[in-house]
Amino acid sequence: MHRIRKRKPEEQEVKIQPERPWQPDEVLRIEHLSVSFAQYQKGLAKEDLQVIRDLNVSIRKGEITAVVGSSGSGKSLLAHAVLGILPYNARQGGHIYYEGQELGRERIKELRGREIVLVPQSIAFLDPLMKIGPQIRKGKKDPASREKVKSILEGYSLSPEVAGLYPFELSGGMNRRVLVSTALMETPRLVIADEPTPGLQMKLARRVMEHFRELADTGAGVLLITHDLELATQTADRIVVFYAGSTIEEADASDFSLEEKLRHPYSRALFRAMPQNGFTPIPGTQPYAAQMPSGCPFGPRCIHCTQECESPIPWRELRGGRVRCIHAE
Amino acid sequence: MKSYGVWAGKKIIRMMLLLLGVSLAAFWLVSVSPIDPLQANVGQVALGSMSQEQIARLEEYWGVDQPPLERYLAWAGDFFRGDMGDSLLYRQPVSHVIGVKLVNSLWLMAIAWLLSGLVGFVLGIGAGWNQGRLPDKLIRGYSLVMASTPAFWLALVLLIVFAVWLKWLPIGLSVPIGVEASGVTVLDRVRHAILPALTLSITGVSNIALHTREKVIEVMESDYVLFARARGEGVWSLLKNHVLRNIALPALTLQFGSISEIFGGSVLVEQIFSYPGLGQAAVTAGLGSDVPLLLGITVISAAIVFGGNLTANLLYGVVDPRIRKGEIRQ
Repeated sequence: MHRIRKRKPEEQEVKIQPERPWQPDEVLRIEHLSVSFAQYQKGLAKEDLQVIRDLNVSIRKGEITAVVGSSGSGKSLLAHAVLGILPYNARQGGHIYYEGQELGRERIKELRGREIVLVPQSIAFLDPLMKIGPQIRKGKKDPASREKVKSILEGYSLSPEVAGLYPFELSGGMNRRVLVSTALMETPRLVIADEPTPGLQMKLARRVMEHFRELADTGAGVLLITHDLELATQTADRIVVFYAGSTIEEADASDFSLEEKLRHPYSRALFRAMPQNGFTPIPGTQPYAAQMPSGCPFGPRCIHCTQECESPIPWRELRGGRVRCIHAE
Repeated sequence: MKSYGVWAGKKIIRMMLLLLGVSLAAFWLVSVSPIDPLQANVGQVALGSMSQEQIARLEEYWGVDQPPLERYLAWAGDFFRGDMGDSLLYRQPVSHVIGVKLVNSLWLMAIAWLLSGLVGFVLGIGAGWNQGRLPDKLIRGYSLVMASTPAFWLALVLLIVFAVWLKWLPIGLSVPIGVEASGVTVLDRVRHAILPALTLSITGVSNIALHTREKVIEVMESDYVLFARARGEGVWSLLKNHVLRNIALPALTLQFGSISEIFGGSVLVEQIFSYPGLGQAAVTAGLGSDVPLLLGITVISAAIVFGGNLTANLLYGVVDPRIRKGEIRQ
């Protein structure tokens, strides 16, 4: 988990260009990201378990882009891949671009915690034996950092005494604000929020999301990773649906107001499963990473599935969004 | 801090009860052992030449026909007043014998305790940090081999190499032979303590190193270290802010808990190096049926070991904010 590996410098010498031209309002683009784990089977047989197969996301400045997928689908790995903190037995493929340039091992080391920040999902991500103040300022002791922590806390209407508390002394409501405030020690250009509202009521969750909206309003791009489609449709600008390791649809949040506006059969199924839209689930479950069907991963559960769906499905543009389905129109 | 006081008080009372239990058990074991107080005190030959009347009077003097509980109460009462009785072998008050031997042993044990704690801690961090790589394999290999090596065997090896072959260090005892007590220098004492202390340290290191390694790995795999890395904290910051902070508490417990092991090891090691410490005195007392000395040493060493654990417990309450502040809140 914790190897700090030394990378050979030649890896980042080759300039890699994004597939499509870089847009000026983009802050991060992920193309064909894949993450797999080497797993040892019986004896010494080694198997590659591909958790993320083909993930494509683009984050724009000043916007909240939500990546929505069901629990346990490997969404957190997306955050870890961007930040370069995947476990040592993970293999990563595809390309990540930040501000128009490939985000390599060395570059992310420079940027994480400064321009690219993570807001974790729970208080377990804070050191239990370190007071909040030093934790927010990463152990720095200079007066400027102290002052900054004070003003950050103030910004979230937390009293300065909070800086002297340990994580276990925080109340549930303070928790969230402290976690968000860890992002503000520097001026972030990209905020990655990994499931920032677990188990919160809609009202509270929306309040947490307001903090991210404020961050976006400062010009930062926000990548929200969540399983909560309802929250995403209410608070994000763009929604990317993640299914069985691939992104299957990219849509405007407003597209989720009408089933016909959606492009992929799975997104439409998700839409119908929402309480206000009939609450009807579809049978079956997401395929496990080791038993992935060839071609469309949703094929076995799809009523439109044809023979053509068994070959690889391209990620294509459609009606202002993107979809990975040959039947969508 | 009031409830911390209550909590600490409870711990201390528990320690007292434990000591009481240990002394009871030790006394009971001695009372069922085949040691005959008359024979031990007067001697086989003298006993044989005595008349039945004399023996009966001596039996009354030594309280042979009293029930064990009464004897225990009499002994415990004296012990409580500071009178541990007289040692048969040394012909001196037990408290005096223990005092002298303890000072000798404490030297040895303190060095071994600090050395093994420090080296074990550093090795444990080195291994845990480099989990699965060469430094880890070396340190773990060393620790496992040392953990399975009997202390007495290691002592013999060191003795052969450094005292017999290389002749760098004395072969035993705590002071040079044939030198007046006033002529013994500190350097002499240190030279004599090196080998026994080294033996104790080498075996003590492995336990601390392996436990520290486990804890370091646990911390390194925690969510908070992952988050710290996501925030761009470098190697030094991770080590200082998170690893050391979170393994310090378990290390403290381990360190004070290890007193018992150092103590146990010292019995064997002192025997081999003929080092006149508490461990050796315990062996001598046991073999020579010196019941008052044996009981005295048992209780005192139990007190020291419990004292170590108690210190760890009490320190934990002072150092760990979760315990300290949790106590105040209640």
